[in-house]
Amino acid sequence: MSTVTNSIFSPELAARFDKLVTIYPVKRSALIPMLLYAQDEVGYVSEAVIQEIAKRLDLFDLDVRSVLSYYSMLRTKPAGQYNIQVCTNISCMLRGGYEILDHCKAKLGIGHKQVTPDGKFSLEEVECIGACCWAPAMQVNYEFHDELTPAKVDEILADYTKKDGK
Amino acid sequence: MPRLVSHPDEVKVLSRRFGQGAASIEKYIELDGYKAVQNAIAKGEEMQTWIINAMKASGLRGRGGAGFPMGMKWSFVPKTSPKPKYILVNGDESEPGTCKDHILFREDPHAVIEGAMIAGLAIGAKMGFIYLRGEYRYLLNIMEKAVADAYAKGLLGKNIFGNPGLDFDIVTQTGAGAYEVGEESALMESLEGKRGIPRIRPPFPAVVGLYGGPTIINNAETIANAPHILLMGGEAYAALGTERNGGTRLFGISGHVERPGVYELPMGYSLRKAIYEVAGGIKGGKQLKAVVPGGASCPILRADEIDVGLDFDQMAKAGTMLGSGGIVVLDETVSIVEFALRTIKFYQHESCGWCIPCREGTDWIKKTLTRVYEGGGQKKDIDNVQYLAENMMGRTFCPLGDAAAMPTLGFVKKFRKEFEDYIEGKKAGTPVMTTEHDLVGAGH
Repeated sequence: MSTVTNSIFSPELAARFDKLVTIYPVKRSALIPMLLYAQDEVGYVSEAVIQEIAKRLDLFDLDVRSVLSYYSMLRTKPAGQYNIQVCTNISCMLRGGYEILDHCKAKLGIGHKQVTPDGKFSLEEVECIGACCWAPAMQVNYEFHDELTPAKVDEILADYTKKDGK
Repeated sequence: MPRLVSHPDEVKVLSRRFGQGAASIEKYIELDGYKAVQNAIAKGEEMQTWIINAMKASGLRGRGGAGFPMGMKWSFVPKTSPKPKYILVNGDESEPGTCKDHILFREDPHAVIEGAMIAGLAIGAKMGFIYLRGEYRYLLNIMEKAVADAYAKGLLGKNIFGNPGLDFDIVTQTGAGAYEVGEESALMESLEGKRGIPRIRPPFPAVVGLYGGPTIINNAETIANAPHILLMGGEAYAALGTERNGGTRLFGISGHVERPGVYELPMGYSLRKAIYEVAGGIKGGKQLKAVVPGGASCPILRADEIDVGLDFDQMAKAGTMLGSGGIVVLDETVSIVEFALRTIKFYQHESCGWCIPCREGTDWIKKTLTRVYEGGGQKKDIDNVQYLAENMMGRTFCPLGDAAAMPTLGFVKKFRKEFEDYIEGKKAGTPVMTTEHDLVGAGH
């Protein structure tokens, strides 16, 4: 492993990355988990994240960028503190997914891939998230919320509004 | 949180520990956990033959969608290999309508681990990977804890169960959002830290797979059946299902039914009964219009075509597929034109862009169906959609092209009249789609 001095990540995450590159037969395998965990900490995959991960894995920045652009959960711009991802794929669509999406848009005053002015929430319409039997469903960051109704969405948003931090 | 459901017609093999706290290793062991793998080790030199024979006898066919016989897949791995062999558990469950692995990872994570260990013993692999879709972070946390608990008890790592020279390691990770990565060769690319584009076959993964070594890739549900098969015997497992379709399967019933949920039913169970009895019938007493029987990629069945058994062969005979077992039920209010458009939007978004017939085909079908949906359709559009879909079939590295083409052909063939009427301004069903923007995928 290339030595990384002055890591941009917290000591905990840097230590986690040091370990992650050792558990695979080929260290490049750690790339996607590293991008995700870096995004979780930094908020998005910034230029500095790309450069440090490339260095840790002995890759070119371009290799990292090429992989980054493929995966829909990885983003190169900040999202809100709570990123709301509403599924509108077939099972959710049949049980009111679009109604939930529209309700979120109206409630938050933002559209697809937009962030509220206070940076608290962002909204995304997403493809199937694997909660078809509990539709309609959405994720807030990594948390699942299912069997949604507009009233239930209001409660969920109110809970996150009250919360501080991640 | 995902709700557990139950019905008297269920035959609980894989789901028998659901709802009992089996994510705890103590509970799992109390409920016969890690017994199968120890029975296998106790066979000594006969171990590999014993395992593979049981898997072959079980008639278990891959639960990811393709339905390939599991025992046969395992037996394709060469006995000796200069490169290490690997087990890869595919938990990248992304087929719309499918959430069975979701509940499996949550309710019985150790069964997936034990299944991977058994596969490892069967082919002589010392390392396994469990790859979950990126959205399943909370399930990754459950799996990571289960793996750590198994290491702590000496069930994983070096000299498993105290047997010198018997090693098995497991690495768990998630993807980062990509349907295509559920395809086995794209999955290997992703695990190697690359874009998830498919590989040409042959060579098949059993010969040249992950890191160039022989690799068994099984869906999580498929591999979690392995311990159950060893405990009950391959023949007994096979007897639960129908001919050439052994055992039971987790069916996720969603859409317009009264009691949606994941139910474990014997292979060959009636689709009509699954909808009307197990899932409680059509929501709100409405009429059934159609069923997508095995995830979004399976051709649609009309309401008069549901007297068919849920196994791979009967579904193929009915002109569709059993797929991933995700049964999506549509009531009379659904506009098939809209449903077809929503389906192709998904595949267009998820096409990785590697093969031109898939990248362009999904895009042009979407464009054409959008024109129809928005009211500017012409009669030849239906033929054009059919022409495009037919020309995608079988012309791509991986089955995503087929997965987009097959349901499209189903919609326009089975509901041609509805498309024609729609174009003439007689629109059936109540539209629900409201967004106009396009989700932009990796391949575009």
